[in-house]
Amino acid sequence: MTAPERPMERREFLRKLAASGLVIAVSGTACRRLEEAFKGEDDDDELGDPRASFSPAAYVRLDGTGTVTVICHRSEMGQGVRTSVAMAVADELEADWSRVRVEQAPGDEKTYGSQNTDGSRSMRDFLPALRQAGAATRMMLEAAAAARWKVPVGEVQARQHQVVHTPSGRRLSYATLVPAAKALEVPAKEAIRLKTPAQFRFIGKEIPSIDAWDMTTGRAEYGMDARRAGMRIAVIARPPVYGGRLDKLDAADAEKVPGVEKVIRLDGTPPPSAFMPLGGVAVVARNTWAALQGRERLRLSWRDGANAAYDSTGYREALQRSAAQTGRIVRNQGDVRTALSRAAKRLEVEYYAPHLAHAPMEPPAALAVVEDGRCEIWAPTQNPQSARDTVAKALGMSAEKVKVNVTLLGGGFGRKSKADFIVEAAVLAREVGAPVKVIWTREDDIRHDYYHTVALEHMEGGLDAEGKVTAWLHRSVLPSIGSTFMPGVLFQSSSEMGQGVTDLPFAIPNLRAESGAAPAHTRIGWYRSVINIPHAFAIHSFVDELAHAAGKDTRDFLLELLGPARVLDATQLGLVGKLWNYDRSPEEFPIDVGRYRRVLELATEKAGWAKALPEGRGRGVAVHRSFLSYVATVIEVAVDGDRRLTIPRVDVAVDAGMIVHPERVRAQMEGATIMGLGNALYGEITFRNGRVVQSNFTDYRVMRMDAAPREIHVHIVPSTAPATGVGEPGVPPVAPALCNAIFAATKRRIRTLPIGNKLGGAVA
Amino acid sequence: MISITVNGRTRQFDGDGAMPLLWYLRDELALTGTKFGCGVAACGACTVHVDGRAVRACVTPVASLAGRKVTTIEGLDPRGNHPVQRAWRAENVPQCGYCQSGQIMQAAALLAETPRPSEEQIDRAMAGNICRCGTYMRIREAIRAAAGEQAS
Repeated sequence: MTAPERPMERREFLRKLAASGLVIAVSGTACRRLEEAFKGEDDDDELGDPRASFSPAAYVRLDGTGTVTVICHRSEMGQGVRTSVAMAVADELEADWSRVRVEQAPGDEKTYGSQNTDGSRSMRDFLPALRQAGAATRMMLEAAAAARWKVPVGEVQARQHQVVHTPSGRRLSYATLVPAAKALEVPAKEAIRLKTPAQFRFIGKEIPSIDAWDMTTGRAEYGMDARRAGMRIAVIARPPVYGGRLDKLDAADAEKVPGVEKVIRLDGTPPPSAFMPLGGVAVVARNTWAALQGRERLRLSWRDGANAAYDSTGYREALQRSAAQTGRIVRNQGDVRTALSRAAKRLEVEYYAPHLAHAPMEPPAALAVVEDGRCEIWAPTQNPQSARDTVAKALGMSAEKVKVNVTLLGGGFGRKSKADFIVEAAVLAREVGAPVKVIWTREDDIRHDYYHTVALEHMEGGLDAEGKVTAWLHRSVLPSIGSTFMPGVLFQSSSEMGQGVTDLPFAIPNLRAESGAAPAHTRIGWYRSVINIPHAFAIHSFVDELAHAAGKDTRDFLLELLGPARVLDATQLGLVGKLWNYDRSPEEFPIDVGRYRRVLELATEKAGWAKALPEGRGRGVAVHRSFLSYVATVIEVAVDGDRRLTIPRVDVAVDAGMIVHPERVRAQMEGATIMGLGNALYGEITFRNGRVVQSNFTDYRVMRMDAAPREIHVHIVPSTAPATGVGEPGVPPVAPALCNAIFAATKRRIRTLPIGNKLGGAVA
Repeated sequence: MISITVNGRTRQFDGDGAMPLLWYLRDELALTGTKFGCGVAACGACTVHVDGRAVRACVTPVASLAGRKVTTIEGLDPRGNHPVQRAWRAENVPQCGYCQSGQIMQAAALLAETPRPSEEQIDRAMAGNICRCGTYMRIREAIRAAAGEQAS
């Protein structure tokens, strides 16, 4: 996002930026909020006996029966966070796992700190606080036992839901210690003693998911499943063009459908609409089928507005024109133009990566009740706090009057950070005077998403006579996420260019990075791994092209580009501004070339990189750091005589620092690989006349089982470094590794995604 | 009036016979384990059994079900311990879990018909069920495990 110069606008910009969640630029904010969250709570306890339970930190409560309730303030969307959060707290608390429950926190920033489940940050930002919460509770129980026995606290030890007096072997259960423990002071943060890794019983071990039973028996409740007595169902016809408005409406036929109760016009927010709804016409009915039938029968016309001419073919040409000019320089080392002119060999290529839709299996849905000046929401939201604030703003209430309950999310991938669908439910519930659940159909979801950007990546590189890279120019041209929140945004923000470009670790003497101008004509949003997707696709496809031009093996070439293991000095990268480092300081989470090398070496070794493959097979590799984690992916493809592509094997090596739940880390890497493959093979949203062409899984294809790799092997680098991201970093290396593999197998270079039928045969 | 058996219980339905079974189950019977994913039989999230065979509830009108037996994820096994459900838990299949009711119903129907499916048969039978979390590797494993358990 381009920060505007005038102070008023700048403040507004920062506010919206913060609301967007992805790109909180104020460093240290997350950490400060951790401190605030780590404090005692009052005894306002709905579930246990309020006199008996105690809650020394916001994340844990122990009741008079000894049941430990871990309060999970992060949204569960498949990453397993409800289990990981419980593991971290319960381990330090020395809890018996069978007596641990998980309760989902409603949106409440003052109590829990940031709940924005985005940016692969749950463990990265909260693991220390979660462990401290468990450890503080354990220490209070130990202190209570020592006082009861009148022995020094050093003689007692918590063990599996009991405190043991070590010399005598006497034991007291946690349940019996609760009344005494709750009267004690919460230990000061400096006094909290954490376990050593050797003492862990849950962290780093394999624990079955806390939600597995419900998810395999149909009992798990998602936003789409929320119910209230007297609930109405609403579906909405939204303007097909971003910024369009309703022109004429004839609802007579719709109102005749049995079960339809009301047809309601909804105001939209003109672009940039941020998290506010698009407006349109809502059909409110007794059941979903009636609502859908009613919407079918609406007769309406739209005024399309300024984006009516948005056309993907023409837009690609506009991006190319922009890419032909020097953009805004964000990084500059040496003299790239001179070096390019003196290069023994020069390459200049463009890569194109289209818009993508999130398409979580659960389309957006939210239930709202507005009563007595208060609003209560049940929604599958990644960001209950921003949902709360946005609903409050839309209803003209204070945020304290709005309660947002977080259900399970049937996938999120960034879509469910945006509260537009929740605001729709709140506005309709107030209008109808009854609980209203808004349901998005798949067509609504595909056609009114916050789309992943569309990118043209212009690359120039120069090689010397020995095949060493002497010059590297990367000009990235794509509409910025900032355009969804601010008018007039044309260039990528530092956080967007920080996703692969300004943090590029290659040791190249002449290197320049530019952001090219690109206006947005639709809502651009963040999608799992965000701008790393086009950046990594271009960077690692280009590395492979340069390696082939130099006549070198890509793995060896990459190791040479990375240079020796070292920590990069962020002040020596030729950056125009400061390094954007996922909201964390480069001192704390440096760019560590040794970690890049390690995952690259591990993935290639496990994949048998050195072993030759038969005709028609090929391997490709890419290594990328995102969300402060390092991932290398090796993909093996086979292309048969009919030019049909299959993927026999994928190897993923990941270094995400200290791992809480390795089994879920493997699951995330498998899932990110599958999603990355689907993106690269089929993913494409196109616009014509301002409208999205695709509509459902029939024409917006995603990976299915019959096209999935036969094998995915995940290799985790053991580490005691601070925990870093897991949910997203598996995605970026996939597309380039796949295209590089296709080149190895067929000599055909894919520079435009999706791959689709570019090989001439079916993809399966 | 249409008479349908859902999870062993006979129900009378007198609404719009064109209503897809999916919305009848979810809205009228509160059986929300059967999920809405696409509405056009393209994702498999709504898979249930009709007389033992896997069908997509989102495109199956209630009127077509007179006198037939519908089984949903809630009725697959009274204790939630069908071999497929057990295998799903043993292999840690679910991530977000939303599509898994449909995946489990599809897999259970496959194994009922083909107790020892080949890799290709598994892929073919399951290709209509989308998982955006990408649990396909685990689903294959779980089906193999459940097939082994059933056979032994």
